[in-house]
Amino acid sequence: MTDRHPAAIADSQHARLERLQQTVDELLGEARRKGASAAEAVVSNSTGLEVGIRLGEVETVEHTRDHGLGITVYFGHRKGSASTSDLSPAAVRDAVAQACTIATHTQEDPCNGLAPAELMADAVPDLDLNHPWAISVDDAIRLAILCEEAARATDPRITNSEGASLTTHAGLQIYGNSNGFIGGYPSTRHSLSCAVVADDGNGMQRDYWWSSARAAEDLEAAAAVGRRAAERAVVRLGGRSIATCKVPVLYQAMLAAGLLRHLAAAISGDNIYRKTSFLLERLGKPILPAGFTLREEPHKPRGLASAPFDSDGVATRSQAFVDDGVLTRWSLGHYAACRLGLQSTGNAGGLRNMQVPLGEHDRDAMLRLLGTGLYVTDLMGQGVNGVTGDYSRGASGFWVEDGVIQYPVEEITIASNLKDMYANLVAIGNDCDFPGSTTTGSWLIEEMTVAGD
Amino acid sequence: MSDLLAIARSQVLAPVGLTDGDLDHLIGALHSPAIDAADVYFQHSRLQSWILEDGIIKDGGFNIEQGAGLRAISGEKTGFAYSDELAMQALGQAANAARAIARGGHAGRVQIGAQLPQLALYAPMNPIESLPDTEKVALLHRVDDEARKMDPRVTQVITSLVAVQDTMLVISDDGLMSADVRPLIRLSVSVVVEANGRRERASSGGGARLGLDYLLAEDRALGFAREAVRQALVNLEADDAPAGRMTVVLGPGWPGVLLHEAVGHGLEGDFNRKGTSAFAGRIGERVAAPGVTVVDDGTLEGRRGSLNVDDEGNPTQCTTLIEDGILVGYMQDRLNARLMGTSPTGNGRRESYAHLPMPRMTNTYMRAGTHDPEEIIASVERGLYAVNFGGGQVDITSGKFTFSASEAYLIEGGRIGRPVKGATLIGNGPDVLTRVSMIGNDLQLDTGVGTCGKEGQSVPVGVGQPTLRVDGLTVGGTHA
Repeated sequence: MTDRHPAAIADSQHARLERLQQTVDELLGEARRKGASAAEAVVSNSTGLEVGIRLGEVETVEHTRDHGLGITVYFGHRKGSASTSDLSPAAVRDAVAQACTIATHTQEDPCNGLAPAELMADAVPDLDLNHPWAISVDDAIRLAILCEEAARATDPRITNSEGASLTTHAGLQIYGNSNGFIGGYPSTRHSLSCAVVADDGNGMQRDYWWSSARAAEDLEAAAAVGRRAAERAVVRLGGRSIATCKVPVLYQAMLAAGLLRHLAAAISGDNIYRKTSFLLERLGKPILPAGFTLREEPHKPRGLASAPFDSDGVATRSQAFVDDGVLTRWSLGHYAACRLGLQSTGNAGGLRNMQVPLGEHDRDAMLRLLGTGLYVTDLMGQGVNGVTGDYSRGASGFWVEDGVIQYPVEEITIASNLKDMYANLVAIGNDCDFPGSTTTGSWLIEEMTVAGD
Repeated sequence: MSDLLAIARSQVLAPVGLTDGDLDHLIGALHSPAIDAADVYFQHSRLQSWILEDGIIKDGGFNIEQGAGLRAISGEKTGFAYSDELAMQALGQAANAARAIARGGHAGRVQIGAQLPQLALYAPMNPIESLPDTEKVALLHRVDDEARKMDPRVTQVITSLVAVQDTMLVISDDGLMSADVRPLIRLSVSVVVEANGRRERASSGGGARLGLDYLLAEDRALGFAREAVRQALVNLEADDAPAGRMTVVLGPGWPGVLLHEAVGHGLEGDFNRKGTSAFAGRIGERVAAPGVTVVDDGTLEGRRGSLNVDDEGNPTQCTTLIEDGILVGYMQDRLNARLMGTSPTGNGRRESYAHLPMPRMTNTYMRAGTHDPEEIIASVERGLYAVNFGGGQVDITSGKFTFSASEAYLIEGGRIGRPVKGATLIGNGPDVLTRVSMIGNDLQLDTGVGTCGKEGQSVPVGVGQPTLRVDGLTVGGTHA
């Protein structure tokens, strides 16, 4: 296994970018020849390496290599789309023909079409997203083994492993439309993860940890990832259910990010024009406590969700969605914006790099604020109704009394309504300790229903 | 069914000029004395979709995917590479990358010839061409009209129709070649209803490995529209759900997602080989109440989870997992079966050529019991009757699983009472089926909408069960 990782394509990334731009041009040209009044196309390719090891031995070595193209044609306000993994000239013609056929059956929707040309990104800023990692298969295996070894050495109760994996991907994506916009950029993503099983003779518990970054040097140390996975598994041992009750609930920071994702969905234009959001009538009104701010920072250097333009080609921008507790804007792509009589906010594809300013309290102080209640460290299943805000999910974590963790808890649910949970957010911690694009600390919610025995 | 092979050759290999000699060469290139098993999986799939919203056909799409995945296995090690370019040069590179998993050894020669007898659970047809496009969009309009005319409180209807033809051809190092041509259709209806400032959404739908005429027959498509509206209107009246442990009666059909989560995943061969499942090493032990028999059956005609052969070329079968309450079997792919010294069960599945196969469910269901469903309801003094669900999730190591009800009622004094809001139910897989105290005589399979995710790979599956009484599941409402 001495072959170099195919992402070692320091070869001419520039030449590949040009080839893909050419394919976008061909797609748009073919759409025009077929009589489309407007069109937009996206073309991408990526290569990668994924290595999985378990119990110190190699389990899988995967070489990935993906291509894709997508075309949307507009005949006036009628629309049709097609996509394929084949980038050959014949496939380009076929895809455009298929999209045009579809468009003969779709109906006029005045909002179907390209975003206004003046909203397009006029320059594509370099967001420092491209850091190819020319790691060899052997070195990738060594790092993954190091990660798992550290996990297994953390505690004698780590008795088994689901293994560790290292992945590295490098990709190029180009978007262009018949308004004359074309933009694209290379980006990379690398990750290291580990999942282990703890056993105390009375039952097994599994947990995992990971690190993910645009540049290999930003990954957490392999041994640290492994240790964190092991610690998370061991502390779950001996979990039990508790009696049904109503108590305050502290969401670990990683899970608080989930509450932000529900918020992002509830303010997305698609759910607003369809009237399928529990925040429908709340624009300009307080939905969270005074002092709470939610921003997106799409141009954050090396950000995992950074992008210079959205999937309509519209320039992205740093902006607040919740300011001092007040819902200040919807998150809009071009179509939803048109339906609502508003202008795109550059959010086709969602919010990027959500940021909530960290609070003052560390985890121990947050536990003291919680007092007696539930500290949630894992959630399971669906159970979130975006139309009503009703929330009911499987949970596990710790029972806390007077600010001190008592014992692990499992096989319980926590339930409330997201409107009430947001309104009754008591405090945010400074304990942002998870990888990913979102920044927030833990969230203390005043009261939820815990269902157990 | 050699015509499946003939169709697969003509759809996948002929257009790119690949010959049997090329296939011999590829599988030979993967093979060496240090390799225990190898295969090459070719796939060509075409998908067409239509979406109706606001009463008009708003969007449609067409997707073509093709490629090949090449795998070489040595002991517990798997080397894998894939290519969406079906040219010999690209495939040869992928073969070299995959076989690098085993050091040394010379390329072997494999002569492809034999093929296994195959099932014929569905016709090798292209459902995209089973109905003219004009009739597909007309069908969506009829579904929309039906939903809107049901009740003035219906404010929003979104309907989608998807048809797929997925053709696969797999060659393994033992010289076997298998192919399958898999049609798959699905209609989904989502409605929003509104009254007195309160809104609720519900959805319904169905599908099969059949042509689109299936949806026209027996009023099926319109039936899904009526069902979505009915569920949404029920939820418009729903009170807060109760919280705590109680007796739960599960309706027949889709609530079988219970089995999929509570026991299905835990009985997949990979987790048991690795000892990470709460069911590991428990063959022969009681894991369910007497009378509980659970099977995974990939051989049901036309069902969403059925396959003529799995993605490793093994015929699917009906595998008994739990028999009269005793754990009797796991679901296996080739790799895990070999390492556990047992036989594959036709459960080796993959999302696409770009993914590795692993043990996956097909159609998982519990066999019928003897109780009348009314008798089961009447036996419960106070509890929850849950008849429709969203999805679920399981932690196979701790055994804890959840599934979320989307239509449920209180049971009071042996009668179905007021509707309550959706709530998540949580339980422990290895013991939940020991709490089954009554099994209905009304086995139903779901309508053909299930998709299962595992390690990032999605595959279509089916579930089913009769009405069940479970004594003690935790219901996650807000009403403590």
